[in-house]
Amino acid sequence: MSIAQSQIVNLKSKIGAYWALTKPLQSGLLLATGLAGYMSARCPVLNIGTILGLAISLFLAIAGSTVLNMWWDRDIDAKMGRTQKRATSSGLVSENEVLRVGLLLSIIGVGWAVAMDALYGLIVFAGLFFDVVVYSIWLKRRTAWSIVWGGVSGAMPILAGRALGLGFIDWIGITLAFGVLLWIPTHTLTFSMKFAKDYEAACVPTFPSAYGLTATRITIAVSSVLAAAAMVVAGYGIGMAWGFLRLLGVLSAGLLILALVMTFRPSERVNFGLFKYASIYMLAAMILVVLEVM
Amino acid sequence: MKLSPSDRVLLLLTGILAGYQVAVGIDGFDTLPIIAYTVGFGVLLVAGLLIFILGFDVLDSPLVVIVSTIIPLSLATGLAWQYLASYRTSYLVFAIVSFLAVILTRAIPMRNKFPVFVLAVTHGVAGMTIFLLPIILSIQGKTPPLFALVGVGGALIGVGGLLLSFLKTGKPILSREIILKLFPALLLLTTAFFVAGFKFG
Repeated sequence: MSIAQSQIVNLKSKIGAYWALTKPLQSGLLLATGLAGYMSARCPVLNIGTILGLAISLFLAIAGSTVLNMWWDRDIDAKMGRTQKRATSSGLVSENEVLRVGLLLSIIGVGWAVAMDALYGLIVFAGLFFDVVVYSIWLKRRTAWSIVWGGVSGAMPILAGRALGLGFIDWIGITLAFGVLLWIPTHTLTFSMKFAKDYEAACVPTFPSAYGLTATRITIAVSSVLAAAAMVVAGYGIGMAWGFLRLLGVLSAGLLILALVMTFRPSERVNFGLFKYASIYMLAAMILVVLEVM
Repeated sequence: MKLSPSDRVLLLLTGILAGYQVAVGIDGFDTLPIIAYTVGFGVLLVAGLLIFILGFDVLDSPLVVIVSTIIPLSLATGLAWQYLASYRTSYLVFAIVSFLAVILTRAIPMRNKFPVFVLAVTHGVAGMTIFLLPIILSIQGKTPPLFALVGVGGALIGVGGLLLSFLKTGKPILSREIILKLFPALLLLTTAFFVAGFKFG
């Protein structure tokens, strides 16, 4: 293999590694919430320039904060079976390079967002700050409650999108953000139950280790139900058509039933089911918001 | 038995069609039919999603008997309310009482055949309502001809119910593999006929 060919192969594997470090599915879902938040404002949604700017700036900021988290958590990731193959833990990419890439993505993303609109940029920056500084650097290794701040950061894209569309923050944007904030524990707590030993090995405090499985299940159930309620209230506030609200209600009822089953007849399968259903629920809710204004 | 990619596609399409019917397909109806159809198609949607996520094992749950009763019963109630004006109240009472009876006979252990009898009467009446009423109405010209498609959906859901019952009794006339292989396609066809019947009928 020539030097040029080997350089191309190296570059390809590096791009692949960095792509994985951005957690494309999670970033994509958060990006979808940002786009739905923007469209929920019923602004001229076919403004391609703004939509593209929103999508790119938000994706870069989310990807940047995710890469920075990976850089910060590389030591604990190496101790957990689930994460030890990540490029940051396995040594596939150098620590300094990951830090530089994370900072670069974050600065371009936030900078682009500020250039588009100061309020939008401020909210995007707040999301990044809460995720990297408050959640990862400050609280993740100290308290199980760190996930609340992780949730706050995850709620910022939808608030940012709506604020960009409106030019200000309103109660609907805050309710949508609450919906996402309350939906995030379904994800993080299910993970912390499924991979409890991993987190224990890495000395990361989690809800199951601090309060037990029953309390964690109840927390997941309550937060799922509140998330669904927040989405329905926000949908009503947006002025969603009655039929779409009905559908959101049906999907919410599914979430409620799974949450109840998990509380009273817990099993790993039901846990997994709720985890997956919650993702589909959020995606469906975002699609409904978008369809509503199309 | 694991879900194949084509099973997942069929279940997803079922969910989308049922979701469409809840969101768009029943606008303009009276309040009770809207509630009844929302419950019926909503259960189809959520059940399809749960099979999509958790696989066919979900069908082994004892709750399947109750859930599979909700679908025909609510659809039949909606149809009766819309097209059998003089039987509205009595049909609603039948639906509520028979549904409660199904829940009770499943919750309280009984050694006799009463639970099966309750289930047979409930599914029989609801199934015949969904199957026959749309066909009769369209033949009589009281609804557009394509409303009969709802009846075809009713027949298919009856077949689905039978297959599930065979599965639950452990004495299937078809093997479990064949039943599960047919199930996603049957669910999609059922939903498609219902949606088409309401849309064009």
